[in-house]
Formats: sequence, C-alpha cells, structure tokens
Amino acid sequence: MAATGTLRAWLLAEAPGSSSQARLQRMYLGWLSLSRNPIAMIGLVIVAGLVVAAAIAPWITGSDGLQPDLPNRLRAPGGKHWFGTDELGRDIYDRIIWGSRITLYIVGLVSVIVVPIGLVIGIISGYIGGIVDSFLMRFTDIFLAFPRLILAMAFVAALGPGLENAVLAIALTTWSPYARIARAEALTLRNSEFILAAQVQGVSTAGILFRHVAPLCTSSVIVRLTLDMAGIILTAAGLGFLGLGAQPPTPEWGAMISLGRQYLIDQWWVPTVPGLAILVVSLGFNLLGDGLRDVLDPKSGN
Amino acid sequence: MAESTATGRQTAGSARAPSSFFVSLLGVAASLALTFIGLTAITFAIGRVMPADPVLAIVGDRAPQDVYDQVYQQLGLDKPIYVQYLRYLGQLSEGDLGVSIMTARPVMDDILRFFPATLELATIATLLGVLVGIPMGVFAAVNQGRWPDHVVRIVGLIGYSVPVFWLGMVALLIFYAKLGWVAGPGRLDVYYDGIVDPVSGILLIDAAMVGEWDIFKNAASHLVLPASILGTFTLAYIARMTRSFMLDQLNQEYILTARVKGASEHAVIWRHAFRNVLVQLITIIGLTYASLLEGSVLTETVFAWPGIGQYITNSLFNNDMNAVLGGTIVVGVCFVGINMLSDLLYRLADPRVR
Repeated sequence: MAATGTLRAWLLAEAPGSSSQARLQRMYLGWLSLSRNPIAMIGLVIVAGLVVAAAIAPWITGSDGLQPDLPNRLRAPGGKHWFGTDELGRDIYDRIIWGSRITLYIVGLVSVIVVPIGLVIGIISGYIGGIVDSFLMRFTDIFLAFPRLILAMAFVAALGPGLENAVLAIALTTWSPYARIARAEALTLRNSEFILAAQVQGVSTAGILFRHVAPLCTSSVIVRLTLDMAGIILTAAGLGFLGLGAQPPTPEWGAMISLGRQYLIDQWWVPTVPGLAILVVSLGFNLLGDGLRDVLDPKSGN
Repeated sequence: MAESTATGRQTAGSARAPSSFFVSLLGVAASLALTFIGLTAITFAIGRVMPADPVLAIVGDRAPQDVYDQVYQQLGLDKPIYVQYLRYLGQLSEGDLGVSIMTARPVMDDILRFFPATLELATIATLLGVLVGIPMGVFAAVNQGRWPDHVVRIVGLIGYSVPVFWLGMVALLIFYAKLGWVAGPGRLDVYYDGIVDPVSGILLIDAAMVGEWDIFKNAASHLVLPASILGTFTLAYIARMTRSFMLDQLNQEYILTARVKGASEHAVIWRHAFRNVLVQLITIIGLTYASLLEGSVLTETVFAWPGIGQYITNSLFNNDMNAVLGGTIVVGVCFVGINMLSDLLYRLADPRVR
C-alpha cells in the first residue's frame, strides 16, 4: 500500500525530475481522465477483449475453425456450440475468435502503412512550406477526394482478390487525412521557440522533423487512427462480403456473413453472429476514439 | 471518408489568405481540374499499366502473332506512355468509356441505364437522414448532458459502427420475410416490370407522371427498406454534426442577448441558432450525399437493386475492366463534383466566407 502511495506521489509530483518521469506523468494523467469517462472505458474493454481473444485464441477454442464436420452442420446455438455451427459444421464461436486475429492483422497492417506515409508527407509539407507544400498538398487532396470503397474495388480488381490486396487498397485510400493532420501540427510548431533553438544548435532538418516535430503529432494521429479503425474494419468486411477480401476458408467476419447469407431465413445465427462481432468491435473502437479525443486532443473536442 | 474531407477542407480554408470570391472560385476550378487529372491517372494506371499484358487480356493467350500485333497497335501501346494517357483523356472527354464485355454495349450507355436507380436510392436515403437527423441533433444539443443527448450519441455511434450489408440482411429477414411489411429485393414486383416507360429512370417520378399509383406504391414499398438502411450512416453523421454545430452556436453571446431580450426558447433555437447552423450543414449534407452514391455498392448487392454499384460489382466478377473503370470514373466525377458544389454553395450562403 505504501509503495503504491509513493508511486502515485511520484506520478503526480509538481516538478518532474527527469523527462521520463514527465512522460509517465502525462500518461498517468491521461489515464486518470480516460478512466473517468465511462463510454471510453466500455470501448477500451471491447478493444482489449479483442486483443486478448486474438492472443490466447489457441487456448479458448476447441478447433482451428477450418476443419469441416459435416454431421454437425447448421446446429443451433447452445450446448457444445455457443454460437451454433455453420454450413460445414464448423463451430462459429471458434471461427469468430480466430477471425479476431484477422481483424487485428488488417487494422494493424493498414496503420503500419498509413501512419508513416501520412506523417512524413505532412510534416515535410508543413515544416518546409512554399512550393513543396503546395505540391504535396495538391497530391494529398487528390486522394482525399476519391470515393474510398469504389477505388478499393478497382484496385482489388486489378491486383486480384485477397486479404493483402484489400489491405493495400484500403491503405491507399486512407493515408491522406493523416498528411493533413501532420501538416497542420507542423505548421503551428514551425515557428515555436524550441524549434528555433534546435535550428540554432545546428540540428539538421531531418533531425528536427523526426526528433522534434513528428513526436508532437502523435497524439492527434493516434486519436484519428482510433476513430478510423471502425471505418477500416467496415471497409475490409465490405470487401470480404463482396468476395474481394479474404478468401474462404479464412474465418474473416465479412466473408463469413457472405457465406452465411443463404442460411439467413432458417439458420439465422450463421450470418448474424459475425455481423454482431463486427458491430461490437467497431463500436468499441469508436467509443474509445471518442474518449481518447477528449483526453489527448481537448481542442477538437466538444 | 466524408468526415476526412470535411476536416481537410477546414484546414485548407484557414490556411488561405482572405481574398475575393472570384479568386477563390478560380482556386476551386483549379483543384477540380487537378483532382480529375489524378482520378483519371489512377484509373488509367489500373486499366493499362497494372495488368501484366492488356493485349493478352483481350485476345487470349492462343492468338496468332499478327492478331496480337494488330491489337497492340490499336491500343496504342507502341506509343509513349504520356501519349497513351492523353489519348485516354481524349476518349473520356467524348464520353467514350469503351465497350462492356459483359453486355456488349458501350459502358456509358449501361451506366446511364443503371445510374437513376442509384440516384433514387441515395436521394431518398439523404432525405431520410436530413429529416430525422437534424431534429435529433438539435434535440440532443438543447438537452446537452441529459438522457436525450446520451440516446442520440449512442444511436449515432451505432449508426457509425454497423456494417450496412449485414443490417440490410437482418432488416430483410425481419420486415420482409417475417413481418411482410415491405416488398422484397429489387425495384418492383415482377408483374409490374416494364409497364411504365423509363423517362427519368426514377420509378417514383415515372409512375407518378403517368398516374400509375399502384406501381408508385409498389416501388415505394421496395424502396423504403434499402433507403432506410443506406440512410443510417447519413442519419448518424448528420445528427452528430448538427449537435456539435448547435452547441457551438448556443454557447455564443448573441444567444444570451436574444434570451435576455425575452425571445421565446423556440425562437432562440430555431430562428437564431439554427439559422447559422443551416449554412454549415450544407457542406455536410453534400458530403454525405456524395458518399452515399458510392456507399450504395453494398446496399445494392444485398437488395438486388439494379444500380451502378451492382453494375460495378457484377462487372468485377466478370473481369470486365472497361465497365469497372468506367463506373469508377463516373462515381468519382459525381463524388468530386458534389463535394465542390457544396463547397461553392457554402461560400455563397455564408457572407463571412465570401
């Protein structure tokens, strides 16, 4: 008890003794304010649940969700099969759990592609300014103006259906808002005194951009990313539903809805359960993103 | 997508120095042209550059060499890439999108036949979103922090998070299969098909013009479910934006002044605050309308709605690249055009921007 008391005092100290203490303090204060927001906490629980389910999938499932078990096909929920079984007798609960890995893989891969591209283009554009800025921002605007799903469909049509191509197509139509956000941050930072100080000390432009400007953009980028997650999940599920994303027998939730569609009337659980999974997870990201925005980015909040 | 464009525009707007309306008009025209160049460059790249060999895609891999060479030259592949691109732009400007392999008709003709169905669906969906979403948003803002506000917020977030294709299926199951309140997939019952001549292509208008009220009712009964499903996102988005715009206005001093003067609460909300919100809502409504034109792809698939989204999807599965890219361009042009138009309307309506 005494130890937690000292830790708390250390985290709330008026004058932090080191930069790492200051950083931890900021995170702690953010956490305090986030945990006071019940809506954000619901979101956090859902997202954490998704991550945990994906991590421990082998221990909480009874099968790999791929092997057909025809004698047990289209069993109603209950008993051994919590969510019933699908048209090949595979346990839907198991497939949902394994599918959480695919959902995380999609949002993770999209973020890994989109954030660096947007961040680099945005901070270069905002910090250097002038003709570089005009050129890069026109380029960004072009992507900002595109219809997302249709363009993703056209890309997948050219590259061929598949999970990786769907991710690539989503990423290509998602990066531009991040460039906009990073540019706006870089513009406000450009003339601040600590940047001037770094310039006077002879820090190279690249050093300033990546050591000083980029870290300060992260909070608005994280907020945006969390709010975008739901959109990414829905687009990927839409592509999967159309048959352009993950291919069977992959337990991707959109593809599961598409396959279960013909059993809707008599075996409603087959397409309904994966749909609910998508709804819950994207609702979780939206709730968390809403809460994070209030904590990390108070100026754009309500 | 819609939201991202809105934020993008806001930053662009604040960075620009105040200038005359016509200079900004020129700016809009220039960025419109640039966006079209970008859009066509991408469809060009997808159609002509990405496939390993566009000639083989047409003649098949067992064609003799002379046929291959002939098609190679017909496609202009012996020319430098920028010449090919300019040629492509020339064809586009004449409305030539190539011939569809699936229907053997010019893609442009196909699209003109399928487009009205999408237009009808998206328009009714937007109307629903506006008529329900705006009052919801105002109601939430007026009751900020109380339960109506929370209800609207949660309904809004669910509308943001639900996969429309799944919601459409569940709605079909409940309201068509189980309850029988509405008509099923498609635009009309089979026995009404082809009775009314397609004049505008929008069935509600065509049927009303010739006084075929049975058909009108049938078409409306087919339309109500897909339009409501498609309208969920619009409703959520409009309600949310109306709420936040309205809160901005209600916290300003002129509202206090109006209240001190003794204006009724009704007048304060609707005549003072809402009027200013309306101007901001123009852009939002334009943005969602444009995103519905493309967002209808999934809804159309679920409801077997013969619109442009279904046309593109079907063409995709038949490897009909001309049709896919033609559809992409037409939707893209509408999307960009509506965005720009709502931007212009906003400038005209708001004296501060002008």
